[in-house]
Amino acid sequence: MRNGSVQVLPRPRTPGFAAGRRAWESFRGVLQHDRFAVAGVCIYLVFILVAAAAPLIAPYDPQQTITKGDDLMANQPPGPSFLLGTTNVGRDIFSQLVYGARPALTVGFTAAFFVALIGTVVGIVAGYYGGWIDAVLMRLADVAFGIPFLPLVIVLVAFLGPSLWNIVLTMALLLWKDTARVVRAQVLSLRERGFVESARVLGASPLRLMLVHIAPNILPLALLYGSLAIGWAILTEAAVSFLGFGDSTRISWGFILQDAYISQALSNGQFNWFVPPGICIMLVVMAGYFISRGYEELLFPRLRRQ
Amino acid sequence: MARPGAVMASRAAAPRIDGSLVVAEAVQKYFPIRRGLFGRGAGDYLRGVDGVSFAIPGGTSLGIAGESGCGKTTLARLLLRLLTPTAGRIVFAGVDLGTLDGAALLGFRRQAQLMVQNPYEAINPRFTIGRALMEPLIIHRIGAGEDRLDRVIAALTQVNLHPAEAFLDKFPHQLSGGQLQRVGLARALMVDPIFLVADEPVSMLDVSVRAGVLNLMKAIARSRQLTTVYISHDLSLVRYVCDTTMIMYLGTVAEIGPTDAVLAHPKHPYTQLLVAAAPVPDPTYPVPEIAAPEQVPTPIGPAHGCPFKDRCPHVMPVCHTTTPPLVFVGPKHQAACHLYEPTH
Amino acid sequence: MALLTIEDLRVEYRTSRGVTRAVDGVNLEVHEGEVLGLVGESGCGKTTLGRAIIRVLPRNAGIAGGRILFDGTDLAALPEPEMARYRWREIAMVPQAAMDSLDPVYRLGDQFHEVLTITGRLARAAARARALELCDLVGLDRRRLAAYPHELSGGMRQRAAIALALALSPRLILADEPVTALDVVVQHHILRRLRQLRAELSLSVVLVTHDISVIAQTCDRMAVMYAGKIVEVGRTVDVFARPQHPYTMGLQNSFPNLLRPQEMLIPIEGAPPDLLTPPPGCRFAPRCPFAVDRCPVDSPALRELTPGRWAACHRAEEADVLRLHAREAQRWRVPVL
Repeated sequence: MRNGSVQVLPRPRTPGFAAGRRAWESFRGVLQHDRFAVAGVCIYLVFILVAAAAPLIAPYDPQQTITKGDDLMANQPPGPSFLLGTTNVGRDIFSQLVYGARPALTVGFTAAFFVALIGTVVGIVAGYYGGWIDAVLMRLADVAFGIPFLPLVIVLVAFLGPSLWNIVLTMALLLWKDTARVVRAQVLSLRERGFVESARVLGASPLRLMLVHIAPNILPLALLYGSLAIGWAILTEAAVSFLGFGDSTRISWGFILQDAYISQALSNGQFNWFVPPGICIMLVVMAGYFISRGYEELLFPRLRRQ
Repeated sequence: MARPGAVMASRAAAPRIDGSLVVAEAVQKYFPIRRGLFGRGAGDYLRGVDGVSFAIPGGTSLGIAGESGCGKTTLARLLLRLLTPTAGRIVFAGVDLGTLDGAALLGFRRQAQLMVQNPYEAINPRFTIGRALMEPLIIHRIGAGEDRLDRVIAALTQVNLHPAEAFLDKFPHQLSGGQLQRVGLARALMVDPIFLVADEPVSMLDVSVRAGVLNLMKAIARSRQLTTVYISHDLSLVRYVCDTTMIMYLGTVAEIGPTDAVLAHPKHPYTQLLVAAAPVPDPTYPVPEIAAPEQVPTPIGPAHGCPFKDRCPHVMPVCHTTTPPLVFVGPKHQAACHLYEPTH
Repeated sequence: MALLTIEDLRVEYRTSRGVTRAVDGVNLEVHEGEVLGLVGESGCGKTTLGRAIIRVLPRNAGIAGGRILFDGTDLAALPEPEMARYRWREIAMVPQAAMDSLDPVYRLGDQFHEVLTITGRLARAAARARALELCDLVGLDRRRLAAYPHELSGGMRQRAAIALALALSPRLILADEPVTALDVVVQHHILRRLRQLRAELSLSVVLVTHDISVIAQTCDRMAVMYAGKIVEVGRTVDVFARPQHPYTMGLQNSFPNLLRPQEMLIPIEGAPPDLLTPPPGCRFAPRCPFAVDRCPVDSPALRELTPGRWAACHRAEEADVLRLHAREAQRWRVPVL
């Protein structure tokens, strides 16, 4: 592209690492084309807002047993004062639902973050070095595959106490394996690519190669698995709470389900009690799935319709 | 220009026109082949490079040619210390590459550079062109700030990418193959190397674009007195660009010498086969008959005799038992073939 | 006599950015018993042209106009079930990277069997015999029929792909880059075999490639394609000796010749136009050293200057003079080294 005349172009600022800008543009791009992804993002935003503003939205303290005069407002049907009715001990279900968003999202995002982080680091190190490092790490992953999740949670909770963070810990310990496997496979192919080899010849250290050259190209994959992990984490927390091993000091959706189950809400026909938390769990998990589906197209552009 | 802790000879002191910059001494690279669940079967290995010796005088260009599987790609990586030899050694500016580590290795990395085959994979897709060209400066801590930008722009200009400023913020997927290959060359030149290995630099480019990149590489090599190695399967390319040609077969050197001698008067039967089979863009040129079977054997396990014995039209009993040494068949021209042995 | 006549063929791709006309008004004839070379660089439309002839275009592409006359029948207008009767039986294709297009989970013999019995409607025994015959025809060891594709070398797989194309004795074969990924000795053997087959089976071949030396070695006639249009046609010997289109001259300039190493290679600067919005005039004009005022405005038609020689250039009559100037590097805006 030669110009006949001398063209004086403005000197740009020192060229920076444009990955951040480009990632944001890709993110926006996906949203423009994929309505499901937009729906997913909206759902997340709604729940995040609800969780953040819980004290403002929930009319009552979720743990508070509500009395009117001398009467315990137990098993109230949905109505103007109790949007979703009350539990058998007089707690407002709607407030519980609203506050339940907090542990759900906390566990979801935190666990997903650690799972993605550990999985990515292990995957990159195993994939880059190969040899015995790879062998050891992958055997560790195999062990993680072999251990059944819920029983381990139960055991850990029995030892360490039923706190939310123990659940997050267990997830971090066990759920990184899928991400690690996939990231490692990606790294194995990336390692052979021309630009990685060129970087080696240029003199980049292994750490630099992993951090600057390989990791940014793995990031979309890590994010994909991260967003899937949010769904897994929330479901897991709900399951654990439902089984009664959860943190009873925190009202989570799983806890509401457990409470409803114990109080025989199903046979009592109290749909207002156990259906809403189920729907919330479903929505958040689905949202995570929709968003990750949108990103799949980013990773594999051939999926995009022409 | 102070390089951090450089132990390597500085650019000014490196052996130049008189004397060899790169010397390979009986270099061998064997790859173990894993069989079964638990590791290698006894002694199973692939002979990637099988005893190769040659010297490259500073400021010259060596073309390494051969069919796929001949070991030229492996040899290129050995020359750049991306792989280490199983036996033998490679001496660069008087230093055994195998002894390098730490700061000395970094110094070597500044002096020896690579151009890869696939232009579409040569640059990190997440980097802008400007950022990609800064990478070598960052790694070797050359310059700072504005000065680095000047160097980047100078490099882009030298590889005929005009106007240089326009390319700084572009991403690799926005450039054509020819442009990307020029960027790859510019990146290699950022550290002012004295040695460049180009692995099939134009094989993935359109024909009308190749000439431009080749001419550019020739000109730059000449003006910078760069010692270059071209890996190629295309003999016509090697003939156009290289002073010396080395023909490889199954990990060994079949023939080596001045390009004109090797390609116009090939002595080794394998070189003769390659030259005869090479397509020529001239419909009046009579296409020769080739009797040799096309199957290239896989070099697994220990070597016996001459690697070309199964396909050679001049095969003799001695070829099955003894590996032919490299002997002189002309001034600076050697071939590894029993036909030319003085005792024959 | 013409086996295949392409008249004003236009093929379009629908992309997210708009409609690209990859083949834009192509006129071409394939004679009986000849090997016709179709040469051009990436993006010129040669692969699309080949696929259009046999109607295996991708879903987002379609024939937008023109006729493809095979034995008097317009293939472009045929409904799919009827076109299916021509495929494999009358016209067969060896696609690009054919050696990778063999099904990896079936043995070679099974893949032959499928084509021969299902499309060819041969009985099992006849199919078996034909498969062995095909192996001999392309120079593939019969025992290889029992192997899986990954067990064979690139050359063997390519031969298998050619054999599959020949399975039902078609009259025309479209070979798209049949030897590009192969080593030079294998390439030599396969091209020679292709030429022999042409004589033995009175086959016509359209050989699509970017490599003019393959054309020189194998083809009787050749057509040069640029940016969706044919720019030159003629007997191979004539086109090489006396090219009439500047692009052809440029291609010759940029191709290294093992036997003539002293000649400097002259690249063609610039790049082909974006076919989303093709320029109104000659598509090669921006890169042409001989362009005059008329060229960017007025698209030159493919004209027959002498019998059998066609060129799409306003200055084709001056070709002899232009040819001499084409060897001057500075004409192509290239710095002389």
